[in-house]
Amino acid sequence: MKKTVTAFTLGLSLLASTAMAGDVRMMWYSDGVEGEVMKDLLARFHAQNPDINVILDEVAYKVVQEQLQIQLEAGSGPDIARVTNIKTLAPHWLNLTPYLSDPDYWRTNFGAYADWMREDGSDAITGFMTQLTLTGGFANKTLFEQAGVAMPGAGATWDDWVNASAEVAKSQGTAAAFAIDRSGHRISGPNASYGANYIAADGMPAPMDAGSKAFAEKLVGWVADGKMLKDTWVAASGSTYRAAADDFINAAIPFYYSGSWQIANLSSKIGTGFDWVAIGSPCGTVACSGLAGGAALVAVKYTKNPEDVAKVMEFLGSEEIVKEFSERTLFLPAHAGVVTKGGLKWDTKDPNVGAALDKFVSAATEVAPAAAALPSWKWASAYYGALVNRISQVMAGELTLDDAYTKIDSDIAEQVAAAK
Amino acid sequence: MKPLASILGAVIAAPLGWIAGLAEAPLRLWQRLTGKGGMIAFFLLPNMAIFGVFVLFPLIINIVYSTTSGSALFLSDRDFVGLGQYERLLRCDDYTNTLTCQEDQFWTAVKNTAVFVVVQVGLLISIATATALILNREIMGRSFWRAMFFFPVLLSPVVVGLIWRWILDRNGALNAALVGVGLDPVNWLLERGWAFAATIGITIWAHLGFYALILLAGLQAIPRDLYEAAEMDGTPPGRVFWRITLPLLMPNLLVVIVLSLIRAVQVFDEAYVLTGGGPGTATLYLTQYIYEVGFASLLKNPGLASAASILMGGVLIVLTLVQLGLSNRNEKKGKQK
Repeated sequence: MKKTVTAFTLGLSLLASTAMAGDVRMMWYSDGVEGEVMKDLLARFHAQNPDINVILDEVAYKVVQEQLQIQLEAGSGPDIARVTNIKTLAPHWLNLTPYLSDPDYWRTNFGAYADWMREDGSDAITGFMTQLTLTGGFANKTLFEQAGVAMPGAGATWDDWVNASAEVAKSQGTAAAFAIDRSGHRISGPNASYGANYIAADGMPAPMDAGSKAFAEKLVGWVADGKMLKDTWVAASGSTYRAAADDFINAAIPFYYSGSWQIANLSSKIGTGFDWVAIGSPCGTVACSGLAGGAALVAVKYTKNPEDVAKVMEFLGSEEIVKEFSERTLFLPAHAGVVTKGGLKWDTKDPNVGAALDKFVSAATEVAPAAAALPSWKWASAYYGALVNRISQVMAGELTLDDAYTKIDSDIAEQVAAAK
Repeated sequence: MKPLASILGAVIAAPLGWIAGLAEAPLRLWQRLTGKGGMIAFFLLPNMAIFGVFVLFPLIINIVYSTTSGSALFLSDRDFVGLGQYERLLRCDDYTNTLTCQEDQFWTAVKNTAVFVVVQVGLLISIATATALILNREIMGRSFWRAMFFFPVLLSPVVVGLIWRWILDRNGALNAALVGVGLDPVNWLLERGWAFAATIGITIWAHLGFYALILLAGLQAIPRDLYEAAEMDGTPPGRVFWRITLPLLMPNLLVVIVLSLIRAVQVFDEAYVLTGGGPGTATLYLTQYIYEVGFASLLKNPGLASAASILMGGVLIVLTLVQLGLSNRNEKKGKQK
């Protein structure tokens, strides 16, 4: 067996080593216009560093989610990757510290999120957040105005928003009142708003608590009475991710719960079609919390060119480039210097965008502690996957809520056991 | 032109002849040492090497993976659990209630796949036979209809799934047509029955032409004089079908049945693109379950996925053996006659 494994490893290593010295491969996915911006920035980098050739592999988000881990487990993959599954894959990230000209710059400016992308207890510098995101809602202002329904104000609860949207839906004949992306991540902020805490005292997953159950019950009820768009959650199985952005863009729902990364997408696709506003996260019983997160650009430890990778990362992580990238992509920056200095000039003529970004910045102060802990928690993905899988089965009428709670706990326990 | 062809032939043949000349002496020696069996083995070696590397080796690796656990890819980093993954898949308190199974979605997928296979194959064979019978007649535009029925076979399964998704979606073409004639739209892909029926209907549509073509070839091989004799005897058409057409079509029909059974057990691409396994798990089939567990899940479990694929492979082997057995029996019957 050892010989087989060695031969297999050797074969894969040979495949992985086909990159030329001076080549840096970057796996990149885009939600909006960031791929174009990155191409532009890399062209500038190449002009300054002609001996380093950065190859930008633009792929679908699904490819990053499904294939990158397999490549990494095989000891291959890109040299740099843009990922959202940051913590789970942390063992594969390269510690850039020895290759950086000024590691303290990184600790100062990106240190707040460093734990999100390194193993527990490590002090490695593995990359930086290309954007900070926060889950939150968007409302179709035009539909609300046409229906003569006032948008709920500050401190409004989930019920307030869903009921107001239901009135709009009834008046305007939309497909449903609202939709939430089919994702465990997306409902975890609202869960925390109802008091949920996924993390037990020993750092391992806690059983479904009253907070998670309260919001799950609401979701199922809203699907049953037709207020929540059935398509997004019910028309798929397993932990498949589905966004409902197109339904909001097509004015099929007046209220959409997703996150700040949608701003550029909504702006470019809605254009002047209708007015929309970001509304932050509706309140539960204990908070009005969204869930922070984002996409990180991380270096992969199997790279053959760590020095070149570090140069690329230093260029892209420089204050000037982070500022430009954020302004052009309409993403919230994660660079402490850029945030402190402020004065970002968002590259858009859309009047909805600036207000939306401001709303998300202010909503970031309302993130509940239980939600704030999740991005750097190793087992968050296991929890998210089980929540989506089983709650959508309840929505489809296959399980009762009590069965789903039992299954969610056992699914998480099995995933934890299998991953050990 | 002929001299040029001869020159080209000679140019190509010369190096081949030179290589053959080089190989001749060692081959003769090999033949002297190993006899006829050794030569057979020598010529089979390239094919067997390819089979070994691309089929046998992955199969063995898959079996080995199914006896391990963990999310690591390298076997050396994985824990040996023996038959633990199989036990996890097969453990149920009550086999009539999938919820009592440890891997309830595996059993849901098994149940869905079993129903799909029975219904889809039954309908597919019936419709393919009827189509072949019609296309075998002297109908107007016969070539056109043959091409039309075969056309979907040429489409990529993903394209098939997408086309039908655009048609059956909430805002799709079918609902637009229904609304256009004053009817209420139907959420085709959100109603369990409709979604399941859609996966059956679409896979039939996509594969019908291929199987109809095989059956058509079988029909055309039936001697015309048998039909003429039956006609002269005044045999009713139904009796002609049951007594002449069906028995003589049986070898082709067997191939079609077994091929479509195997294909139905493996159903994935069209159904996955169309319904994603939903609503709920109504169209979650076995291959999708394996894909979800092994690849799509955020915390992947290659050991469990391998075990499920080995079990599915076992079913496919049984079906293949049935096909071989039936073919052999048919061949023997044919020789006896």
